[in-house]
Amino acid sequence: MATAILGGGKSHGNVNNVLTIDRAIVDAIFAHARRDHPDEACGVIAGPVGSDAPTRFIPMDNSARSQTFYQFDSMEQLRVWREMDDNDEEPVVIYHSHTATEAYPSRTDINLAGEPGAHYVLVSTREPGVDEIRSFRIVDGAVTEEKIDIVDAKVDA
Amino acid sequence: MAIEVRVPTILRSYTGGSKVVEGAGDTLTALIDDLDAKHSGFKGRLITPEGGLHRFVNIYINDEDVRFLGALDAKLNDGDSVTILPAVAGGALGFAAAAALLGR
Repeated sequence: MATAILGGGKSHGNVNNVLTIDRAIVDAIFAHARRDHPDEACGVIAGPVGSDAPTRFIPMDNSARSQTFYQFDSMEQLRVWREMDDNDEEPVVIYHSHTATEAYPSRTDINLAGEPGAHYVLVSTREPGVDEIRSFRIVDGAVTEEKIDIVDAKVDA
Repeated sequence: MAIEVRVPTILRSYTGGSKVVEGAGDTLTALIDDLDAKHSGFKGRLITPEGGLHRFVNIYINDEDVRFLGALDAKLNDGDSVTILPAVAGGALGFAAAAALLGR
């Protein structure tokens, strides 16, 4: 499983090389991914602009309804992006599931990644009892894996 | 004929970092040409070499996806607001296969 990680030659400012994320949000991502399996599931974790803190879990429809492809519904995306704008939030995490392969960005994921400031979180539901989760930066076609720090913080629930 | 255009992060390198720019034009095509004149290279990120709207870019006029408004022929009026968002998409499928699936 020695997957090559392309070193990011460029610096893009505020990159911490670690994603700190609450366990409750990770659990919610897996619950969504397991629920939609074998289709891919996708969504956003919004957080205050500049905070790098993913705090608001927003599961999105996979308008492709596919086992090998996902795409946000364009109207839902507009609504959610406006909501984030109004709340001074940004998409801190964009997540999706792979349902038969590893939690690593595919060529498609890399080519279509359009949010250079986001952590791209991939989970895999290929094994029923095994939760695989990995996080990446994808900037200009360069993939950089980063550590995930899952914390047990209090959440508003 | 002032149209407010909201620019996503990934295209702000063309607008000197600006999140909102102003453009002019009575159709989406005319607006994109106007923006490209002010922000060179902008058009190439929205329009394919064949001249169609890029499959993975969403453009909205006010609250509507332009794909429901005639795409590049969509009409614009003074005071309209245009929002550009990169589509959020991907998946395990190989890129060539995905492109074939999506009919491009």
